[in-house]
Amino acid sequence: MDVFLFNGSWPLLSVLIFLPLAGACLLPLMRGARAAKIWVLGVTLVNAALSLKLYTGFDLSTAQYQFAETARWIPSLNICYTLGVDGISLLLVIMTTLLMPLCVLCSWNAIGTRVKEFLACILVMETSMLGVFLSLDFVLFYIFWEAMLIPMFLLIGVWGGPRKIYASVKFFLYTLAGSVLLPVAIIALYLHSAPHTFSIPALMGLPLAASLQKWLFLAFFIGFAIKVPMFPFHTWLPAAHVEAPTAGSVLLASVLLKMGTYGFLRFCLPITPLGVEAFAPVVIGLSIVGIIYGGLTALAQTDMKRLVAYSSVAHMGFVTLGIFVLNTNGVEGAMLQMINHGITTGALFLCVGMIYERTHSRELANATGIGKVMPIYVTALAVFSLSSLAFPGTNSFIGEFLVLAGTFAFSGKIAMLAIPGVVLGAAYMLRMIQRIIWGGVSNPDTSALKDLNTREIITLAPLLVLVLWIGLAPTGFMDTFHASVAHLLQQFHTGLKL
Amino acid sequence: MILKLFSPELVVILGSLIVFTVSLGQGRARLAAAVTTVTALLALALSLVSLAWHGELFQHALRIDLYSQLFKVFILLGLAGVAIFGNLLKDIRDDVRPEYFLFLLLGTLGMMILVSSIELITLFVALELASYALFLLVPLRQERPGLRIQMESAAKYVMFGIVATGIMLFGMSYIFGLTGSTYFHDIAPALLQRWNDPSAIVGILLVLGGLLFKLAAFPMHLWAPDVYQGASNETTAFIAGVPKAAVMAVMIRFLLCANPSDHVLAAVLTVVAIASMGFGNLAALAQKDIKRMLAYSSIAHAGYVLLGLVTLRNTGYAASIFYILGFVVMSLAAFLVICLVSRTGENVLIDDLSGLHSRSPLAALILGVSMFALAGIPPFAGFMGKFFLLTEALRSGLIMLVIVAAVNTAIGIYYYLTVVRVMYFSGAGTRQPVRLGTINSALGLVLLVIVVLLGVMPSFLLDLALTAVRATAR
Repeated sequence: MDVFLFNGSWPLLSVLIFLPLAGACLLPLMRGARAAKIWVLGVTLVNAALSLKLYTGFDLSTAQYQFAETARWIPSLNICYTLGVDGISLLLVIMTTLLMPLCVLCSWNAIGTRVKEFLACILVMETSMLGVFLSLDFVLFYIFWEAMLIPMFLLIGVWGGPRKIYASVKFFLYTLAGSVLLPVAIIALYLHSAPHTFSIPALMGLPLAASLQKWLFLAFFIGFAIKVPMFPFHTWLPAAHVEAPTAGSVLLASVLLKMGTYGFLRFCLPITPLGVEAFAPVVIGLSIVGIIYGGLTALAQTDMKRLVAYSSVAHMGFVTLGIFVLNTNGVEGAMLQMINHGITTGALFLCVGMIYERTHSRELANATGIGKVMPIYVTALAVFSLSSLAFPGTNSFIGEFLVLAGTFAFSGKIAMLAIPGVVLGAAYMLRMIQRIIWGGVSNPDTSALKDLNTREIITLAPLLVLVLWIGLAPTGFMDTFHASVAHLLQQFHTGLKL
Repeated sequence: MILKLFSPELVVILGSLIVFTVSLGQGRARLAAAVTTVTALLALALSLVSLAWHGELFQHALRIDLYSQLFKVFILLGLAGVAIFGNLLKDIRDDVRPEYFLFLLLGTLGMMILVSSIELITLFVALELASYALFLLVPLRQERPGLRIQMESAAKYVMFGIVATGIMLFGMSYIFGLTGSTYFHDIAPALLQRWNDPSAIVGILLVLGGLLFKLAAFPMHLWAPDVYQGASNETTAFIAGVPKAAVMAVMIRFLLCANPSDHVLAAVLTVVAIASMGFGNLAALAQKDIKRMLAYSSIAHAGYVLLGLVTLRNTGYAASIFYILGFVVMSLAAFLVICLVSRTGENVLIDDLSGLHSRSPLAALILGVSMFALAGIPPFAGFMGKFFLLTEALRSGLIMLVIVAAVNTAIGIYYYLTVVRVMYFSGAGTRQPVRLGTINSALGLVLLVIVVLLGVMPSFLLDLALTAVRATAR
């Protein structure tokens, strides 16, 4: 079977990646902030519409890389410009493009200074995030992976909250330090392939020595674990989330965190199966710790953004847990949970942002008892919170259920350890909505708050639909990755025997 | 034929003669600047054309081929850049400004001949021409009341320079003694035959030691911070990049004479590389003056660039060439902004860049990109250069060196990030807006485009460098 399926008549993936960049380059031509916002909204909407073509044209029956494009790029090192999408990246790509217009919408009034530069950063972010998910050449991947740091650094540092400088520098240094060994691992893989290549599909299933696989896994792991972030490496996350502007938090939570888990799926499992096998117990342990620790810490937060940030640590713990139990249910649950977390946590950050725009405070105590004055808002918030705690009927229920089912199949004891995380999730989320909706009014200013306007409703509506859609009819979404997950696990198990 | 092959140099010689004539009168600084700029651009254009030329000149003392011309392009780009954005010479005494341009041109001429030299005596003379012209640029800076920092740094530069020259000359004497020739094409085979004689390695090492001074690599780096800080901004802009590229050309020429499977040479260079990277990066962390910071960072870059030389292979040399040429452009872009931010030619502290984003968005963009590029963040030239170096070093099995280099990249990020942070995240306060002017903006954009192009389309220059090394190695 050929790895690539060239089923696009025109380079759809390249257009998806570079359309936002082109849009950013044309931004200086726009007169005034409003025109710039409309322009960027248009660009992101067009990109979102284009990405739906991926879904309609996607062949569900194969694990091949579809819509593939390849061109020689740096021939002397056999580096190619190779793009492709498979079941593992498809939903992530579509989720990214769908979130971008929402990020523009949620910043419509929130960003008052340097609007054009802000929008340019958003567009460059889109280019590099899509590039990460679509690249099938290691060098190309790494370029997008690292280049993303620059716009994110600026997003946090220029438009962030009071401690933005600390947060942005910490974010940059932490994530960069994590990925410095990545190129070393990539080059080592290159030198062990014959003929030398940076092509990711070609590097899968190389018969590498076990010790080498372990070292490579560690090099990958540090980079990806920091991005996820897994338990001991998570400290950059609350700082960055809290200080970033709403759009930045959404991008961080919904897309950037997925890159780490995407990296595990795309690289670690097929390329270093022996490393995965050797370190899986450690990763599972860290995931459990992350789930419990994230839940407990979230329970103690008074700042809503921090609460959601720590809940991310817990949720991403479920994702890594699902991946490293290494069975179909676990991996599929993790895949779905990546999308779910993107939708739900993104939406929660949007909700927090909306309150912040009104009260200029993220303190839970300052936003209590607003159920009466903002009924539409609290309804949306309640649905997203229920989704976050994996209430049946919402999207996260399916994902978490699959992950736990996979974990039970792997080991009942470990699954029992993860169960308290679910309870904690319910505890901190219910505590938050209880206070916001029904809590006594501690801040008299809240009585004058206006409910959501049309723009804000439009921002939240697509996510609300997706929460219920995935929750009630997940099949259409899960069908996209059945073939790829099966292929991935087969690659992994063959890799073990080499 | 000779005239054609030598024409880029001839243009520079002619230009310097005109500038010399100009310098005889009073108050003709602007004229001298104009002549220098025109000369540089003309020579740059010629050198671009000359990439396809090859031949030998002056009893086989100079060789014109892709290798030499490639370096000349970037040397002249550096000269043109400094002549354009430094044309006001804000911090040079009025009466010596024309002379400043004269020395700038002569230094460039020396380097152009240097990269073409394939004979030891010519090489030495060219190196001295380049060195002495540069030595003289440093003390021409205006004296500040009670502060003669330019004299101190000039003295350090000259003293260290002379010692380095002595060491190199001593090494050359070994090479001559062993091989009985001063021509590289005789030296290479003869030296290889006598490689078992320790004096061969000693000779090469001593020569390299002298050259490491110019590159500001670890044990020979002591001059760099003081000279960078003490020299005027334009001078630093020039000596920060261009001479390093020229000296890289010479180092590779000598290494091409060495036995590619030699361990001693590789071991020594490895130690130098590791020490340079570590020391440069750590010391740069603590700096407040941006030129001093860039001085330490350039020590680190000297360490990175040695990664390619350690491999003792053509592909490694090509990676080093790519890196150092990219470095010339990146540091030129950075110094363009530094020169223009400095109103009267005073040194620029990192804090002085506060709010540069609102004072001049383009200047902040140029400096920001060059900082990220120097730090090795994609998609800029610095990343591709580092990536090639790491690839070639790992190909030669230097895993520890590669890991040290990778870790050093992470350390280096911090101080580059500080500059970006100050420019974009801090308020301008009472600091004045910065005016770039049309020509400097255009130049800045050109440099920016080169930095990005080398980052996303590196193949062109990399292949050119590899072809050049292979052609010259034969």
